[in-house]
Amino acid sequence: MDHDISKAGGYTGWRMTKDRLFRSVMTFGGLSVLIAISLIFFYLASVVVPLFMPAQLERVRPLEIHGASGQTLHLAVEEQARIALRADDRGEVAFFALDSGQVLKREPLPLEAGGISAFAAGDPARRVFAYGLDDGRMLMVGAEYGVEFRDTADVLGKPERIITPTLVYPMGKAPVQVDVQGRALRQLSVQHDGERSAAAALTADGRILLLDHSVRTNPITGESRQESTVSPLPPLPGEVGQLLLSVWQNDLYVVHDGRFVSHYDIADKQAPRLTQTVAVAPEGETVTAAALLSGGISLILGTDRGNLSQWFLVRDEDNVKHLTAIRGFEPMPGPVRTIAPEHYRKVFLATSARGDVNLYHATAHRQLLSRSLGSSAMNVAAFAPRADVLLVQQEQGPLLTAAVLNDFPEVSFHSLWEKVWYEGYPEPEHVWQSSAAVSDFEPKLSLAPLTFGTLKAAFYAMLLAVPLAVMGAIFTAYFMSPRMRGLVKPSIEIMEALPTVILGFLAGLWLAPVIDRNLAGVLLAILMLPISFVITAFLWDLLPRALVERVRPGWQAALLIPVVIAVIYVALQLGKPIDIAFFDGSMARWIENDLGWSYEQRNSLVVGIAMGFAVIPYVFSISEDAVFSVPKHLTSGSLALGATPWQTLFYVVLLMASPGIFSAIMVGMGRAVGETMIVLMATGNTAIIDLSIFTGFRTLSANIGVEMREAAVGGTHYRLLFLSALVLFAFTFVVNTVAELVRHRLRERYKSL
Amino acid sequence: MRKWFKTGEPWIWMTAGAVALSLVLVYAVIALITVRGMVYFWPKPIIEASYQERDGTRSRLIGELRDREEVAVARLRAMGHDIATTETYTHRYLIKTGNKDVTGADFRWIPAPQLGEFSHPPEILAIERHQWGNFYGYLKTVREQGRVVATDAAALPEALRRQERAIRLFREALEIEKEPIGAVNHRLERLRLQERELQLEERLTEARRDEFARKRQALDAEYQIHQQRLNEVRRALERDSITVETMGGQVVEIPFAKIARLYQPNAMGLGQKIGFYAEKLWEFLSDDPREANTEGGIFPSIFGTVMMVLLMSVVVTPLGIMAAIYMHEYARQGPLIRTIRISVNNLAGVPSIVYGVFGLGFFVYVLGGSIDQLLFPEALPAPTYGSPGILWASLTLAILTLPVVIVATEEGLARVPRSIREGSLALGASKAETLWRTVLPMASPAMMTGLILAVSRAAGEVAPLMLVGVVKLAPSLPVDGNFPYLHLERQFMHLGFHIYDVGFQSPNVEASRPLVYATALLLVIIILGLNLLAIMLRNRLREKQRGLEGV
Repeated sequence: MDHDISKAGGYTGWRMTKDRLFRSVMTFGGLSVLIAISLIFFYLASVVVPLFMPAQLERVRPLEIHGASGQTLHLAVEEQARIALRADDRGEVAFFALDSGQVLKREPLPLEAGGISAFAAGDPARRVFAYGLDDGRMLMVGAEYGVEFRDTADVLGKPERIITPTLVYPMGKAPVQVDVQGRALRQLSVQHDGERSAAAALTADGRILLLDHSVRTNPITGESRQESTVSPLPPLPGEVGQLLLSVWQNDLYVVHDGRFVSHYDIADKQAPRLTQTVAVAPEGETVTAAALLSGGISLILGTDRGNLSQWFLVRDEDNVKHLTAIRGFEPMPGPVRTIAPEHYRKVFLATSARGDVNLYHATAHRQLLSRSLGSSAMNVAAFAPRADVLLVQQEQGPLLTAAVLNDFPEVSFHSLWEKVWYEGYPEPEHVWQSSAAVSDFEPKLSLAPLTFGTLKAAFYAMLLAVPLAVMGAIFTAYFMSPRMRGLVKPSIEIMEALPTVILGFLAGLWLAPVIDRNLAGVLLAILMLPISFVITAFLWDLLPRALVERVRPGWQAALLIPVVIAVIYVALQLGKPIDIAFFDGSMARWIENDLGWSYEQRNSLVVGIAMGFAVIPYVFSISEDAVFSVPKHLTSGSLALGATPWQTLFYVVLLMASPGIFSAIMVGMGRAVGETMIVLMATGNTAIIDLSIFTGFRTLSANIGVEMREAAVGGTHYRLLFLSALVLFAFTFVVNTVAELVRHRLRERYKSL
Repeated sequence: MRKWFKTGEPWIWMTAGAVALSLVLVYAVIALITVRGMVYFWPKPIIEASYQERDGTRSRLIGELRDREEVAVARLRAMGHDIATTETYTHRYLIKTGNKDVTGADFRWIPAPQLGEFSHPPEILAIERHQWGNFYGYLKTVREQGRVVATDAAALPEALRRQERAIRLFREALEIEKEPIGAVNHRLERLRLQERELQLEERLTEARRDEFARKRQALDAEYQIHQQRLNEVRRALERDSITVETMGGQVVEIPFAKIARLYQPNAMGLGQKIGFYAEKLWEFLSDDPREANTEGGIFPSIFGTVMMVLLMSVVVTPLGIMAAIYMHEYARQGPLIRTIRISVNNLAGVPSIVYGVFGLGFFVYVLGGSIDQLLFPEALPAPTYGSPGILWASLTLAILTLPVVIVATEEGLARVPRSIREGSLALGASKAETLWRTVLPMASPAMMTGLILAVSRAAGEVAPLMLVGVVKLAPSLPVDGNFPYLHLERQFMHLGFHIYDVGFQSPNVEASRPLVYATALLLVIIILGLNLLAIMLRNRLREKQRGLEGV
């Protein structure tokens, strides 16, 4: 067609231009549509990929605080990460701007001439710290940041934010006597919560004291009264190291004798109890750093060999708590010097004596970052509340600040797929629990129960759909009379279009209660149906020939329809006396109470039937095509050689059509895996791992449907839901492609015959 | 016997049984939906019976029979019923007693032996209310401003007459709320946005500020006028009331303002029942929902579904056809285009919820978010297009159904015989002319089939819509009388989601179930109808082309 008419002018030229225009519009449009479709995959992937990126420290730089003197004992950053605080060993606190190091406010503490002998910081989210003095007293200090909005709007219309830092003294401005004997405090740990404060202190002569302090304000007079009691704790052997009070002031952990940790139950502060002493490191190894993770439940310990481990109290069957080693982490290259937890997540930073910093997520069992920040050890480290800024004080050298890029630390292979030992759980488990009311909640992000639920749903659906659809397809394609086939095939295939929300609704609101009431009858029907087919066939064979031959071959299915209805009816009727005789009136209750199995009304049996029904048309349609298009001369040949119809079917037709049937099952499987509405409506959507047919499950797709709108955009949970969608996409795409290729090969083979 | 098994005959019967069972399942499902969906509109008789309570006292029970089931006597006894029978099984009835505001519960399961004889007194009045569901009882008096105007036999005609007036007033109040007041609110909101926009652009001078204040004042005044009229109508509406005796003997006053319909089902003849049926059916199709979607109509859902499907068709048809023409007519047929073809085919098998996730992430948050930044900064932080809405739902479903249209169109193109193309080209037509004048018209029924299938798929899809724009109760339709008339950013209601929501999220599942069956039936009719249409079109096309093949 390459005539050279494009040079022709006038009308022909216009026509040729139009032709070219049409071609380019179609090519451009068509290609863009195809590219847009493939965008789905890339977009989903682009949302998921950041989950697996390691954390990063950026813009690491030294920060000179003007006029700073002495040693840094404590660092803290406020919510907006604009202002930070430094407390030094001379009893002076300075607030400084994080970007410039300019001191905004400097305040000497009212230590009343006591020499500083100990220092402690409370839970970072509560912003308190305390000095222990050499005369047995202590002073608790808190930082508060007042926020004001100035009315002059900036370019974006947001009012300017002005932050004013102040120091407060939760236990009063005068130091509080901890040791009545007036010995110096060597170690200290403090917590403060609203009106109640607690402190644990080690005195110079080796006693451990517990201070309980509360401020009560009379609501009418506005007068406030302070109360404090000091109780001695049972002594511990060896040299006592760090003391760690939990944020709820219920537990006190004491590191002593190098490698031991003792736990005191101090829920009742007047009667503290030493519950246990546990060796937390092998002989010869010494604990060099300890910290409590956010939430105050987990203890992170670091040793002089660089080992890091997580411990928390686990209840046994007798409700006794034991301090248990939960997991170890990738060791540090040198002795662990400091451990700093984040404010809200289960992330902690560990520094070594050689200047390395490592970042870990405890629950995910993941090392997020490993980096060296010079050769000097770091003795203080602090995260900003939003964990986007890190401050570290080098022992020999300046203060360093760094921006932390660590948005998705909770995700790892371990946390997604393996059993994880969560805080407060008696043993490692697979749990999906994506959100909770409290901010320091430990997210439980195991995809294992969801994936299991998805496969379980697909399995039970296929258990019903495959035999029914494949056998039905064989009969329809091979034995059925053409007239009946013309009625049957469209009836079943049109069910493909039935909205699944309707099936889900029927399954959840109609089928589930029916099955619940007639469980014995339904199970009996499932058992009786195949038997009744064989019996009918046998009786049919016994009928006189003359009568049998009146019915044309290929109408057996029509004959069986009343049988099916009758059998189902009889089975349901029989179910009742069976229930009375064997199951005290109701098989469902019997399973629940006498067998002690868990039983849900919306269970896998219901979903199996409903989703199986939804899948039947897909499997039926494709396998029917496969069987029907087996070339006729093959079957005629086989029959002519004396094989019975069944032998021909089994050894010739099925052999030829098996790839097609396989591909039909794959397509059905793909449907069952991705189906959302039926499982959403016909199960209880509890994320459990349990094979029983009488319990429910939660599938990936239903989980997306339930949680997607609630997930914070761009957060870990949101991206995990995208990951589930991507997994579903990839799985069904691969399954369908395999099915398509198999079918394609089959068609080629038929053609060659 | 063994020999008989060897013939394979039982296995053939087994496969036949599979077909029979599948067919029974298919038709049982359709029959179930049809029957339950159709009876919803039929006036149900109201029974009256005496009933023995658990503590032995007898009381009167009035209500609709809803369900009957067999139950073991032992279980009933365990629940505290004193049942004098030697049987092991008996029945219990689910009775809709209504009067939820009086008794607290509107459904009760009652064991059959505890119930006396059923009677159907024709005087029992059924009252459909705007709130609290149905009310059953005996009409005692009709009152005007608390003063009795009719009693006993004269009460019913009087009540019906006043009911008509009340309905008229009720409609009027609704109209005022929706039209003038809604419009004023809309204009106020637009005024606020305009002012904010000027402020953002720093062009808000004092003079303009005053002008805005003046306009706002004028609108406020207008609002007051409408509000006053609304109050008048409401006061007029509250004038009349009726008193009704409940099954417990209590006499309850119900103002007409709360009544949607009054009728005596037991007194109706067949003709009246048919009339009632038609009336209820019309209400179902044309009215707004009441009582958290459990009563009234489903018009907003029908409208939302149709609107979304239309928008989707507008997008998917040209795109799908263009892609198909490119793939079939212009692309070089090689392994690459084969791979693309298989991929497009397989996209139809990707779970719909995945498209929902894509739509939410990409359309709503990325595209919608950017549109808001660029075009609607004055409304921020409240999102305009950056939240789920009908536009994004339509686009999501367009992507979801694109493979359907592409595959169907390609099939249509492939069925156009070579001879026709060659004939056209041989006569000197360019390729574009051949396609436009001969091939595409011949393939158009195939495209139509594809579009119909796409529409039917979209109409029944719920999972992705839950993420990108469907809500249980949309305050307003996506089309109304306020500028710019078509509100593509609005959320909408959808038939399929309605089923899910009312069936599973509603606080009173028992009361709403019949309505869900009716909705399901409507959806099934629409979708199966569309599919049958597509099949017919396809068969027609095939026959036509079979005729052409000989040419």
